[in-house]
Amino acid sequence: MRVGENLNRALHGLLADDPSVYVLGEDLLDPYGGAFKITKGLSTRFPDRVLTTPLSEGAVVGAASGLALAGGKAVVEIMFADFVALAFDQILNFAAKSVTMYGTRVPLPLVIRCPSGGHRGYGPTHSQSPQKHFIGIPGLSLFEMSPFHDNRAVLDRMLALGEPCLLFEDKVLYTRRMYEVDELFRWDLVDDVAVVRLDPGGPGGSGMSRGDAGPGGLEIPDGDLDYVLIVPGGLAHRALAAMRALLLGHDLAGVLLVPSRLYPFDPSPLLPILGRAPLVCVAEDGSAGGTWGGHVAADLHTRLWGRLRRPVKLVHSADSVIPTAAHLEREVLVQESTIRRAVLEGLGDSSAP
Amino acid sequence: MRRLLAFQEVFLVLERPMDRLSDDDLALLLLIRCFERKLLALFEQGELNGTTHTCLGQEYIPVALRTLLREDDWVFSNHRGHGHYLARFEDPEGLLAEIMGRKGAVCEGVGGSQHLKRDRYLSTGVQGQSLPVAAGVALRLKRHEPGALACAYVGDGTWGEGAVYEALNLAALWRLPLLVVVEHNGIAQSTPTALQLAGTIEGRARAFGVEHHRIGVPDIPVIRAGLAPLVERVRTDPGPLVVEFATHRLGPHSKGDDTRPPDFPRTDWYAAYRAAHPVQSATIEEAARTRIDRIAAEVAARPPAVWTAA
Repeated sequence: MRVGENLNRALHGLLADDPSVYVLGEDLLDPYGGAFKITKGLSTRFPDRVLTTPLSEGAVVGAASGLALAGGKAVVEIMFADFVALAFDQILNFAAKSVTMYGTRVPLPLVIRCPSGGHRGYGPTHSQSPQKHFIGIPGLSLFEMSPFHDNRAVLDRMLALGEPCLLFEDKVLYTRRMYEVDELFRWDLVDDVAVVRLDPGGPGGSGMSRGDAGPGGLEIPDGDLDYVLIVPGGLAHRALAAMRALLLGHDLAGVLLVPSRLYPFDPSPLLPILGRAPLVCVAEDGSAGGTWGGHVAADLHTRLWGRLRRPVKLVHSADSVIPTAAHLEREVLVQESTIRRAVLEGLGDSSAP
Repeated sequence: MRRLLAFQEVFLVLERPMDRLSDDDLALLLLIRCFERKLLALFEQGELNGTTHTCLGQEYIPVALRTLLREDDWVFSNHRGHGHYLARFEDPEGLLAEIMGRKGAVCEGVGGSQHLKRDRYLSTGVQGQSLPVAAGVALRLKRHEPGALACAYVGDGTWGEGAVYEALNLAALWRLPLLVVVEHNGIAQSTPTALQLAGTIEGRARAFGVEHHRIGVPDIPVIRAGLAPLVERVRTDPGPLVVEFATHRLGPHSKGDDTRPPDFPRTDWYAAYRAAHPVQSATIEEAARTRIDRIAAEVAARPPAVWTAA
């Protein structure tokens, strides 16, 4: 199943199971079904609770907050994550604050879905990964879609938090397959973090092998732990491609960690493995400066001071707008090669290409 | 007596002696007035932290609306909301404790003067922000509690915010039971209407096909009689209604920041009322002042508010 279909089914299931849920957004009525077709079929099946809206991101998020305040639950689709800037006041100054600023906790079950990321040639205002602008807002949680996390479970978790959540959805994931890694790797879930590592069965084992790892899930032999990559879901495939190249070309074995929730991000369960790794590298699609990775690195430096062997290596897009032309866009955004190079540089390999 | 004080094209008219009010209405009006006066006095004495915005001169608006709103209606207030709160709950103790950060505060001292929530009453401190939220609440009410409405108080300055128009559009498109009460006092903080509002609020409402009703008198029975059928229609045949009150802010925007010239219009309904009904006014005002003095002393002696639910 494709990731986009998994998300579409998750929304169908959510609306079917919970009559208090509304879905609001621009152009999401059938037959169009949303700019990325994620809301396909919803308006036909649930016409009363799937509402197409004017081009009014601020009011739509505000109205969704109102529905949530008055006993409902709301899922908002922002057509492109770039446009969530138009709802910033409602998110920062109303939805997130309302959870705590009235003295007692006010539940506000609200999910704002933000199709993010580039590699599609949409240019500077339709390609951004604006996660970093929402880090550190009290009462606001950030999640990112991944090929390893079932979207229904993620939606249920966000709504159960009773506070506004942003769900970033890298557009290129919509057409990728759920749950698949290539034959070199296997993956497990440790809490909400997908852990991808060398398949101990080696090539020929099942690339789709998975299971809940349990307490032993992070027991990875030193020989399989040359580095750890931490990336949001949108970077999972580029990270896996880099891991494959590092293994086959440099005999370096890494572990990939893909958390579902980006903020607040609690690395506690991961500290044993992070403390043992020769290199920790955090990669993301946002532009340079004030990044999610910078936030994670500061946290890890503090928690693992004296154990980390090197500074946490950070990978992010360039300090630049995102150009439209494919060759220019490629230079600005994080590629498989960017991650591969960063790991080699981080490990002190001066021959890094 | 006839006085006509104009700014822009909005008038508050006191063209005849004000009709006698019920003791209850007058007591609530004067409770609000004495509360606000007390706040300014406490500020001068250095007893209050932060800032506050008093509604002196505008007290009659929420008091008039009090009997038109129901308990199951939601009320969204703004930065100048003490009168709105007191008219709904008559809880000067809780409000003063909130503003002074004392035990018994409505919101544990976290929200302060302009961020209050109690039951279906909620205020926020960013202009225009509440209208989309009120629209969402109105949608939920329309579906689940038909007959109830969402009422949002805004000022004339609020009409500079884009959120107002996005929300009006939604409310008109979705036929939401949304009552927008505009307290047009002619001054947005320090900026007179003529410098910040092109056209009229009526014209802006009508551009969305939204009904607009102007009120230019401070007489509560007149206001209620005129509004009752309109508010009832919002409930039974849902759709937004903008009610624009021409009113006057007697005091500063917050405290000590009034830069208006002495001849800037400031009609005080209470001066007119006291002239027409001196005995009733004096008796009830004395009772309100005594009550607020007692509450202020009692609240000031309380321990600090404790915020437990961070």
